[in-house]
Amino acid sequence: MQPGAQIIAGIDVGGTFTDLLVFDTDGGISFGKTPTTVDNQSFGVMQALKDSAVKIADITTIVHGTTTTTNAVLERKLARTGMITTRGFRDIIELGRRTRPQPYGMFGEFTPVIPRALRLEISERIDADGEVLTPLAEGEVRDAIKTLLQQGCESLVIHFLHAYANPQHEQHAAEIAAGLWPNKYITTGHSLLSEYREYERGVTASVNAAVQPILDNYIDRLQRELTSAGYQHDLLVMNGNGGMVSASLVSRESAKTVMSGPASGVMAAAYTAKRAGMPDIITYDMGGTSSDVALILNALPSVSHELEIEYAMPIHVPMVDVRTIGSGGGSIASIDDAGLLQVGPHSAGATPGPICYGRGGDKVTISDANLVLGRLNPETLFSVDNKISMDQIRTAIDQQIAQKLSMSVDDAAGAILTIANNKMAGAVRMVSISRGHDPRDFALFAFGGAGPLHASAIARELGIPKVLVPARPGITNALGCVVADVRHDFVNTINRPLDSLASDQLQQTLNAQNERGMELINAESVALENIEFRHSADMQFIGQTHLLNVPISSTDFTCEELQRNFESVYLNRFHVELKEIRANLVNLNTTVIGVRAELDLQKLIDPAGRKDKITDAIKDQRQVWFDGQWHNTVIYQRDSLPLDAIITGPAIVEQMDTTIVIEPDSTARSDSDGNLIIEVN
Amino acid sequence: MSTDNHKKLDPITLAVIQSSLQQVCDEMDLSFSRAAFSPIIAEANDRSDGIYSAINGELIAQGALGLPVFVGTMQFSTRVLIEMIACGDVAAPEPGDIYIVNDPYLGGTHLMDVRFAMPYFHNEEIFCWLSNTGHWPDIGGAVPGGFSANATAVEQEGLRIPPVKLFKRGQMDKEIYSIICSNIRVAEQRIGDVKAQSAALLVGQARLDELIEKYTANTLSAAIAELKIRAAQQMRQRITEIPDGNYTGTAYVDSDGVVDEPLTIQINMEKSATELHIDFEGTSPPCMGPMNSVLATTQSSVYLAMRHIFPDVPINAGAFDPLHIKDPHDTFLHAKYPRPVSGCAAEVSQRIAEAVFAALVPALPEKVTAAPAGSSGNFALGGFDPKRNSSYVMYQLSGGGYGGNHDHDGLTNGCSTIGISKTPPIEVMEQYFPVLYREYALREGSGGAGEHRGGFGIQYSIELRRGEATASFVMDHGRVGPQGVLGGKDGMTNSVTVWRNGEPYTPPHLSKDQGIAIKAGDRVEVGTPGGGGFGDPANRTAENIQHDLDNGYYTQQQIDEMYGLT
Repeated sequence: MQPGAQIIAGIDVGGTFTDLLVFDTDGGISFGKTPTTVDNQSFGVMQALKDSAVKIADITTIVHGTTTTTNAVLERKLARTGMITTRGFRDIIELGRRTRPQPYGMFGEFTPVIPRALRLEISERIDADGEVLTPLAEGEVRDAIKTLLQQGCESLVIHFLHAYANPQHEQHAAEIAAGLWPNKYITTGHSLLSEYREYERGVTASVNAAVQPILDNYIDRLQRELTSAGYQHDLLVMNGNGGMVSASLVSRESAKTVMSGPASGVMAAAYTAKRAGMPDIITYDMGGTSSDVALILNALPSVSHELEIEYAMPIHVPMVDVRTIGSGGGSIASIDDAGLLQVGPHSAGATPGPICYGRGGDKVTISDANLVLGRLNPETLFSVDNKISMDQIRTAIDQQIAQKLSMSVDDAAGAILTIANNKMAGAVRMVSISRGHDPRDFALFAFGGAGPLHASAIARELGIPKVLVPARPGITNALGCVVADVRHDFVNTINRPLDSLASDQLQQTLNAQNERGMELINAESVALENIEFRHSADMQFIGQTHLLNVPISSTDFTCEELQRNFESVYLNRFHVELKEIRANLVNLNTTVIGVRAELDLQKLIDPAGRKDKITDAIKDQRQVWFDGQWHNTVIYQRDSLPLDAIITGPAIVEQMDTTIVIEPDSTARSDSDGNLIIEVN
Repeated sequence: MSTDNHKKLDPITLAVIQSSLQQVCDEMDLSFSRAAFSPIIAEANDRSDGIYSAINGELIAQGALGLPVFVGTMQFSTRVLIEMIACGDVAAPEPGDIYIVNDPYLGGTHLMDVRFAMPYFHNEEIFCWLSNTGHWPDIGGAVPGGFSANATAVEQEGLRIPPVKLFKRGQMDKEIYSIICSNIRVAEQRIGDVKAQSAALLVGQARLDELIEKYTANTLSAAIAELKIRAAQQMRQRITEIPDGNYTGTAYVDSDGVVDEPLTIQINMEKSATELHIDFEGTSPPCMGPMNSVLATTQSSVYLAMRHIFPDVPINAGAFDPLHIKDPHDTFLHAKYPRPVSGCAAEVSQRIAEAVFAALVPALPEKVTAAPAGSSGNFALGGFDPKRNSSYVMYQLSGGGYGGNHDHDGLTNGCSTIGISKTPPIEVMEQYFPVLYREYALREGSGGAGEHRGGFGIQYSIELRRGEATASFVMDHGRVGPQGVLGGKDGMTNSVTVWRNGEPYTPPHLSKDQGIAIKAGDRVEVGTPGGGGFGDPANRTAENIQHDLDNGYYTQQQIDEMYGLT
C-alpha cells in the first residue's frame, strides 16, 4: 500500500443482504454480498469482510450502516427504560397529539416505548419563557431514580416541559442521576434536539434511551471483533443525517442512526449525480416491499427533523428526508369488487414473495409481470434451485387477473405495469410538490434492485426528461458509506417574532452551534479535507403553524436580511406576499460538515472488462413487451459496455445487481463514471 | 358533460383515470393546506377539495386528505348552485369565475365552512365543477370563532354569504371581499386563505387540462360515468355483508345549549339485498339552540360513518347510491332558516355517525367498534393579556377514547370521528396564551369495561396566569357516556369544572356553556369521555386486567367493580 493511500470499506446491512464495497484509492474496488444475519448483524458484516479479497488489517476506514436501532424500535425489542418527568405530564408520550392511524376506520393500536408504570413524576416547572416556577425537587428525583433502578431499568430518560427554553432542571437532574445510575445510559430531552413540542421531544428521547444499550452492545462487539481481526482504527457508523460518526460517540445519540441505510443511499446519489453534472435529482429506490423517494436540490439532499417511523412514533432528529411509498416489486395485483385492476397496497414482501421467487408465494406481483413480459431474465431467476416455471406464473396471471378482465395474459401483465407505474409516478409527484417543486425540473436517479426496471416509465409519466442509473445501483447504500462526510446537526428553538430579536443574540446561537460542531468533529478520527458550516432558519408568519426553511449565508447575518430572505422564499414557494404580517423565527439550524477527499467513481466498473464496440457487449436477444406488443430486444451486459456507449431502445441492460429497461424511442448513453443516462421521450 | 361518441373504455384506462382523478383532488388538498394561512386549514386540514358533475353537482372525486366530515358535502352545495344559476338567481358562470358561499341551508354545514366553486370549461362548455371548503377561523357573529353554545338564530352565528362571484374572470371582486372582511374578526389574515383556496382550484384546473389532453374529454366523461357505476357496485357488494333485516341505533346530544333537555337521534335501517334504507323516525324535533343540523350535513354524516366502516370504497356519488336516506323533515336533523346550526358539523354529525355504528355493530362486529368519545372537545378561552397588551382567543380541542373493537382495546386520545387533526403541543399553547397547564394526563378509569375495553380520554387542568377571560364549551357526552356494545359497558362521561376563587362551577348543561368569566388563578378542568367497551367484561383475560392494574389505568376498586373480581 502506498503512503497516503486509503482503503475504505462501506458496509450496509439491508433487510435481506449485507453489502460490502471496498474502495482502494490506489488500486481497485471489490464487492461482497452476504445474507443479513438478523439476530446479530455483526456475523454478516464479519462474513462479508472475510469473504472479500482485502485484508482487514489493511483497511484504513470502515463505515457501517446498520438497521439495529430501527429494527429494535419497530419490533419493540427495547431495553427496559424509565422516565422522570414533570408532575402532571407523565402520559404525554402515551397520549400523543390526538390522532388515529388512518383517516377512515375508527381503529388503532399504540404501545408506548416506556410503559406507564415506569414513568414517574417529580415536582419542577419551567414556563415558556424559561423561567422557573417550581424549583426542582432533588429528593424526589433521587427517590424516583431509586424506584426505577429497583424496577430493573437499564436506561433513563429525563424529560421536562420547556427544557428547550431552559435546560437547567434537566441538566441538574441528570447530574443527580449520574451519581446513582450504574451506567451511562441517561438521555435528557433537550440534548438530542433542543426543539419545542413535548410529545415529539419526549418520544425521541425515549427511543434514544431504549435503543442505547442495544446499539452500544452491538457496536462495541463489532469493534472488538474487527480489532481482533486486525483492524487498527475506529469503526465509523452512518447516521440518518447522511453523515458518519465514530463508534465511540454513536450510542449517546443512538436515535440518530434510525434510517441510516436510506440516508446513505441518498448521499451516494447526490455524490454521483453531482459528478455527472446533474445536481437536481429525485431518487427512486425501489425494493421488494416499498420504494424510497428523496429530493436533492443543488446536490444537497433535503433534511427534515419530522420523521415518523411508524404510527405515533416520531423521531425528531435531523435526518435526510426520505419518504417511503408503498409500492415495491412484491406489490400484489388484484381485481377489486368494482372489477378494476389494483396493484397494492398489499405486498407479498420477501416471504412468501412474488411467485417467481419460488418461496411459496402464489399471488401475482409486479415482479411476476416483469418476468412474464421479458423485462427480467428468466434464466437468471429460474437458475437457482427454483421449482417455479414460466407456465405456472402465466397460469396465475390468467386466473387471478386476465380472465376477470377478458384479456390475454400478456395484456394483463402489461396492464399490471401500467397501473403500477401510474401509481408510483403519482406518489413521486406528491413527494415533489409537497416540498414545492415541480418534478419536471429534476432528473430521476434510479437505484435498488427494481428502480431501473421502472424508472423510464415513471419518468415519462411525470414529464421528467432524464433518468440516471448509477454504475452499481444495487450497492448504492454501501457506496453512501464510502463517500459520506462527517456531519453534525444542531437545532435551537427560538419561537419569537423576528422583529423582537437582536441580530447579535442570534449570531451567538449560531456561533455556539459551530463551536459544538467543531468540538465533535475534532473528537473524530477521520481524515478531512476541510470543514463546512451551513446555517438556516425555520420561519413562518405569526399565526401559521407550518415552517419554511430559509437559508442563512453566514453567522454575520442580520435580522433585516433574514426578514428579506424569508419573504422571498415565501413568495417563491406560495406566490403570496404578506408584508402586513409579522414573521416568526422558530428554529436556528446549523450543520457542520467535515468534508472528506473526493473519490474517483470511475473505478466502480472495472475498465478492463469494457469492450471497445457496443456490439461486443451484446449478451442475448429476447422478446420483450412494450406498449402492447412484443419487440425483439437486444440484451446488453452492463460491465462490457464501452464508456461512450449509446444505446437506442428498446433494449435491456443486465448486471449482477439490477436490470435496466430502455423503452422504445428512448436513448441511453454511458458516461465516464459508468452511469447510464437515459433520455426519455 | 357529454358521453356521446366515446369508444368502449378498456379497464386499464379506467383504472388509470380513477387514480388520476384522485390525484388531481389530492394535489388540490395539498396545495390548499400548504399555502393556507390559518392553522385550522394548514395544520388541522379542516378543508376538502373535489370534482363535481356539471349537470347535477354530484361527486366525481374527492381528495383523500380532506377532513372526513366533508365526505360528500360539496355535492349538495354544488347542486344548489347549479339550480340557482339555471333559474337565474345567481349570475351565469364564465371562465375564471369563482363563487363563494357559506349558507348552511343551501347545502352547507356551519357558517365557518366557506366554499369556493369554479366552473371548469372545455370547448366553451362546463365540463365539471371544481369546489373546495375551508374552515375559516372566524366568520363574525356573537362569539369569536363561531361556536356559540346558545345562539337561537343563525344571524347570531355570523355572516351568511349566498352564492356570489368572488372572482370574476380571474379577478377578485374587491368590493365583495371588503364587505366580508368588514364582518369578520382578524380579517387582515384572511387574504392568505382566500388566495390559497382559489389557487388550489387553479391547480385542479391545470391538472384536469393535462388529463383531457391525454385522454380526450369524451374518454374522461365515459370513465367518470363508468366509475360511478363501479363504485355503486362496490358499495352494494359491501352492503351484502350485512344480513337482511332491520337495525336501529340511538344516540343522544346532551342538550341544544339553550333548553336543558337531551336530543334523541334515532336511526332505523332496513337492509334488503344490496340496499340500505335509512330513516330518522323517532328523532327529536328542531331545537332552539345551535345543535340543529342542516340536511346536507345529516346526509354526509351517514356517508362518513359508512366510510369508516368500509374505507376501501372510493368516494364518488356512486358509493352513496345504495344508501337511501329519507328526509328527516320536522326533526333537528333537517334545520331550516333561521335555526342556529353551529354545532352541526362538530358535534351532531358525530352523534349521527355513532347512531349508525350502534345500529350496525351487531351485523358487522368485525368492522364496527363500540362508540368512540365522538366530540371535538371544544374549549375556547377569550381574554386580554395585560403583559402583551393584546386580546386573544385560545382553543383547546381534545380527543377521547375510541370504542373497543373485535380484536383490540380502543385507542386512547383518538381524534374526533369527523376529524384527522392533531392538537397543538402544550409548549406552544403556553407560549402564545397566558395559561399554565397543571395537568395533561390520561383519564384513569374512563375506558368502558369489556372483553376489549374502551380507550381512555384525557384529563387536563388549565390555569389562567394573567388578566381576565371568558370560557366557553361546546362538547358532548356529558349526560350519557359513549355506548358499550355486545355486553361492553359505557365509557365515562365528559366532565367540565371551572374553579373560581377555589369554588367549583359545573355548567348546567354539563358539556355546553358560554361566557363564564374567570380571572388569574382560576382553573378549568376537563375530562373527556372514554370509549365504550366491546363484548362481555367477563371474557376479558386475566392478563389484560392485570396489565390495566399494573399501569394504573384503573384502581383496584374499579377493576373489582368492572370485572366482578374479589
